Amino acid sequence: MQEVMKNKAKELLASGEVRAVIGWKKGEFCYDITPAVFTNAEEIDNGFIYDDFCGANLSKYLIKEAHKDGKVLVFLKPCDTYSFNQLLSEHRINREKVYVVGVSCDGKVDIEKIKRTVGDGIIALSSDGDKISVETLYDKYEINRADALAERCVNCKSKKHVAYDELLGDEGEVLDSKRFDEVEMIENMTADERFEFWRNELSRCIRCNACRNVCPACSCEKCIFDNDNSGYVNKAPVTSFEENMFHIIRAFHVAGRCTDCGECSRVCPQGIPLHLLNRKFIKDINTLYGDYQAGEDPEARGPLTSYTEKDPEPSVVTDKE
Amino acid sequence: MVKISFEKLNSLFEKISEKYDLFVPTKKNDGQSYFEKWEQGKTVSDDLNTVRSAKDFFFPQHEDIVSFKLDGKNIEITDERREVRPFVMFGVRACDVRSFSILDKVFLSEPVDTFYKAKREKGIVISLACQKPSETCFCTTFGIDPTEPEGDIRAWKGNDCYYLEGVTEKGNALLSELSLEECDRTEVDAQIENTKKILDRLPLGKLDTDSFGGDKLKELFDSEKWASLSESCLGCGTCTFVCPTCQCYDIKDFETGHGVKRYRCWDSCMYSDFTKMAHGNPRLTQLERFRQRFMHKLVYFPANNSGEFGCVGCGRCLNKCPISMNIVKVMKTLKGEN
Repeated sequence: MQEVMKNKAKELLASGEVRAVIGWKKGEFCYDITPAVFTNAEEIDNGFIYDDFCGANLSKYLIKEAHKDGKVLVFLKPCDTYSFNQLLSEHRINREKVYVVGVSCDGKVDIEKIKRTVGDGIIALSSDGDKISVETLYDKYEINRADALAERCVNCKSKKHVAYDELLGDEGEVLDSKRFDEVEMIENMTADERFEFWRNELSRCIRCNACRNVCPACSCEKCIFDNDNSGYVNKAPVTSFEENMFHIIRAFHVAGRCTDCGECSRVCPQGIPLHLLNRKFIKDINTLYGDYQAGEDPEARGPLTSYTEKDPEPSVVTDKE
Repeated sequence: MVKISFEKLNSLFEKISEKYDLFVPTKKNDGQSYFEKWEQGKTVSDDLNTVRSAKDFFFPQHEDIVSFKLDGKNIEITDERREVRPFVMFGVRACDVRSFSILDKVFLSEPVDTFYKAKREKGIVISLACQKPSETCFCTTFGIDPTEPEGDIRAWKGNDCYYLEGVTEKGNALLSELSLEECDRTEVDAQIENTKKILDRLPLGKLDTDSFGGDKLKELFDSEKWASLSESCLGCGTCTFVCPTCQCYDIKDFETGHGVKRYRCWDSCMYSDFTKMAHGNPRLTQLERFRQRFMHKLVYFPANNSGEFGCVGCGRCLNKCPISMNIVKVMKTLKGEN
């Protein structure tokens, strides 16, 4: 797959069809991959990679790159194409300036999960079907690939690309995932237990803004939390109220627009399961407004941004316990 | 040298806790380690790094400075400084211990930061030697010896006990209060020898720092490579907030409705309003902000501190950056290795 992608990138760069390619660049080790913009064949040959660790969703980089002159090629995994569509519907990307190559995905591996199993000192990793062989400075291990998959991939919602100009590899299906199971578990807690669960998680927040900055739905040019004139600027979670507020406001703001790409939880240095907040909103929207998947159709009107006479009354919320 | 068996560790911690607040690295349910106040039942994690560095003890993420209360035409001014109880930190790794001396150079030189100084004076550091360094460790690049860490007391974890050795006056004073069993260095020496063999095999253990330092300012500042290095930076503050040597802070006023609470909190050069002044902002794009972070550690800090680099090689930014961009990649790229 990687070689096919490299050839495609080099072909379109050589023909002048695209001026740049957004892809993944290999790192110092076998897992520390960086999103990168490639502009010539040499860069592609030296650094381009597509493997188990290319989890980063590249769609948000298009906001910047598709504002420049010329066309840009982007490689998108199935779940990334939902973010891409959502950004299109919000007029954040100029579609004509992008050449989307859909690439198939077997789920991405979470290096943190591997480290928790094998410990520190990973110097070599190789994937062979269902197994991953890991060599550390201290020992050798073989682990099941399934056990190392990122949470969002264990609960993958779709292997289908909802947007592309060209597809490499096989097209998949929308899946019947179990992604709302954990949300239900939290719903079934008592209010006190639920509050304690979220306090325990959110109390670790260091307000690094990684969740916000990586989120394709967070594309405001000036976030209210960065705007000195808003009165809400806070660089540190000084109180528990502020810790909660930042995440609750963010969850509300992306409600109906979040595609559940899972980047927020992937990047959180403190391991806070932020995707669960968003999934709660998705689940509620499905219940109250009918099934809706953000990003599935760029022409669709979002449930919270369109009005119908069947819309639920506010009492569905206010009359609850 | 003295030792304390694992079985007796709890009673030692209990004894320390009588006079001091004791903090130890413990594992939380997210699988990562954090320094937490010790209490019965808390065990010491063997993890190399805590998620947040140990600088938090002396330079917390936020701290109240002063408050102003309006009462008619009077303004009541209150110093919000809190009295610090003497505290002991157990299990600080060599990289984090070195970060304290880097922070000292910033906060304890004139004008002295009295908030930092008060905490620094009240804190006793018990460091812990590393035995199983990670592939992301590169403290040895900066001349740090993780087998014999600095600190007030240094400790090694043996097979059935911790070995402790006083280093500073403060450390020796604490050790003499604890009256522990004297022992020889045999197991410790063997451990050090063994760990040193592993250190030799670390992929990043001997990074070349010759291309950096105060005298390389212009050529590095003007390098064309910053553009591609910073290209995919998200502009979040993760690297700066997990970094043991990042020391920039902001002073903010919080309006309470009938007064103002003034506090300071960590700032990040990655943020768009970093060093924003009345005239505007000198760093307009992420390129300039990104460059600032690495120039500070590799050029400006050594320029002002007899060549000492502002990085201790703890590897937290390597582990935590959402896009896996970090100081090692920056150093290698600027040198032309990548």
